[in-house]
Amino acid sequence: MAFQLSRRRLLTGATAAGSSLALSGCDAFDGLTRNGSAVRSVLEQANSLTYRVQRMLLSSDALAQEFSESEIRQPQRPNGVTQPADALYRTMSAGGFADYRLTVKGLVEKPLTLTLAELQAVPARTQVTRHDCVEGWSCIAKWTGVPLAYVLDQARPKEAARFAVFQCFDTIAKSLSGEVKYYESIDLIDARHPQTILAYGLNGEALPVANGAPLRLRVERQLGYKMAKYVHTVELVESLDGYGGGKGGYWEDNGYDWFAGI
Amino acid sequence: MHERDDDHPPTAGVLVYRQSGWTRVTHWLWAVSLFFLLLTGLQIFNAHPTLYVGDQSGFSFDNAVFSMSGENTPQGPAGYTTILGYRFDTTGVFGVSESRGQMIGRGFPAWATIPSHVDLATGRVIHFFFAWLLVGTLLIWFAASLANGHFRRDIVPNREDVRNLPKDIADHARLRFHHARDYSVLQKLAYASVLVVMLPLMILTGLAMSPGMNAAMPWLPEILGGRQTARTIHFVVMALLVGFFVVHMLMILAAGPFNEMRSIITGWYRTGSARHARSGEE
Repeated sequence: MAFQLSRRRLLTGATAAGSSLALSGCDAFDGLTRNGSAVRSVLEQANSLTYRVQRMLLSSDALAQEFSESEIRQPQRPNGVTQPADALYRTMSAGGFADYRLTVKGLVEKPLTLTLAELQAVPARTQVTRHDCVEGWSCIAKWTGVPLAYVLDQARPKEAARFAVFQCFDTIAKSLSGEVKYYESIDLIDARHPQTILAYGLNGEALPVANGAPLRLRVERQLGYKMAKYVHTVELVESLDGYGGGKGGYWEDNGYDWFAGI
Repeated sequence: MHERDDDHPPTAGVLVYRQSGWTRVTHWLWAVSLFFLLLTGLQIFNAHPTLYVGDQSGFSFDNAVFSMSGENTPQGPAGYTTILGYRFDTTGVFGVSESRGQMIGRGFPAWATIPSHVDLATGRVIHFFFAWLLVGTLLIWFAASLANGHFRRDIVPNREDVRNLPKDIADHARLRFHHARDYSVLQKLAYASVLVVMLPLMILTGLAMSPGMNAAMPWLPEILGGRQTARTIHFVVMALLVGFFVVHMLMILAAGPFNEMRSIITGWYRTGSARHARSGEE
């Protein structure tokens, strides 16, 4: 008898099903494509295809379009966290980032700890590029920084290294297990790309806090969410498994594609 | 009226094999792809429901040409759609609409997006899957249609078609259709505009928005007027494709839905009279 549906419950169920069909055209697909579902993992293969095709089409140092300074018509629009509330960051920020250190570690022959002054003392690269946000908007700005390839050359990555993981000061979300810090990762082709820089300057000034001071990543052939702000550590790794949700970035753990060249 | 009953013409002609398997399979794959591309595209648009001209989006200057926005007014939340500076109240549909019993600010309403709730990440995952499917099937269709003569015979208007154009427009205006094996000139022009102009333009403007492809082909956003203009064109062509779909459906209903559906599912089409049949062609 346990499986017998009362007529009343059946009718309620039928009404609920009917009204949900009538009310909502498109939520019919909502459950199918939820993060982690089998259907979604098939659909996500399209991004792997995009990644492979772009890596095939683009020579590893094909440059993103650069613009003239006259095309900088507005301040760089900040997005995401614009004022980290983290105690460590606030103390450092109050001290003008004199105590800031960039750590380079992981699969490298020579781990490094670099001050801002040391980073600014090496040959810089300046580029006027267009920042494309995943939301759809674009903004042109001038970025100045140290090429990541230069930093990697100093640290000498080991053979096994496949990704560069960027760890950040800012807390982007709070979960049951505590504060979630922003992090990102790119492959070593993008890490060694001539336009990939750790930027400390924006439009001729010191990088503002809203845009990621004292140091943020620029990966010009991908979307904005790849370009981690408030970076304190670059770690070279073989696999992305050990970080956050294992997808290679905060937004990736929340369903966004790891490769953001599209 | 019954003399022109399109599904059972009094002088029923023979069944002719009109659509090859290539055409039928690719047609249905496009139908599925475009359905998901449209509804996930509106989800993606909602993440920043403003369109601009040029390379960048004006936040400190104004280069917007289209936007949907919401505002709180004394009468409650109001949604607006602004086109080239002209603002229209579109409360309930665009700008502000109901979602799970609440009026919320969003570009297109929940019933027009996949997923129905705000979820840019999932919208993108689905969008790019079907974008690949569309590109793949379009390439297959072009190859097959060039090889089997479908493109030359049914898509590109010939000299006779050009001569028939005024008459065909007059016939369509009177909803008088000729059930022949061959397409009329307006049909050819409609399909050519979708297959040769709109879908390729959709793919090119889509690629022009990709920062990776920009590095491979910097000339692409350039010739389209900049990345943000490409995004605007992508949106406008979407609207044109929706327009095509509406006309496509109306024409099927007007010309005899049973015969038209049989033709695009099985390939077989009943011509209006034996005179029109050219069954030997396939």
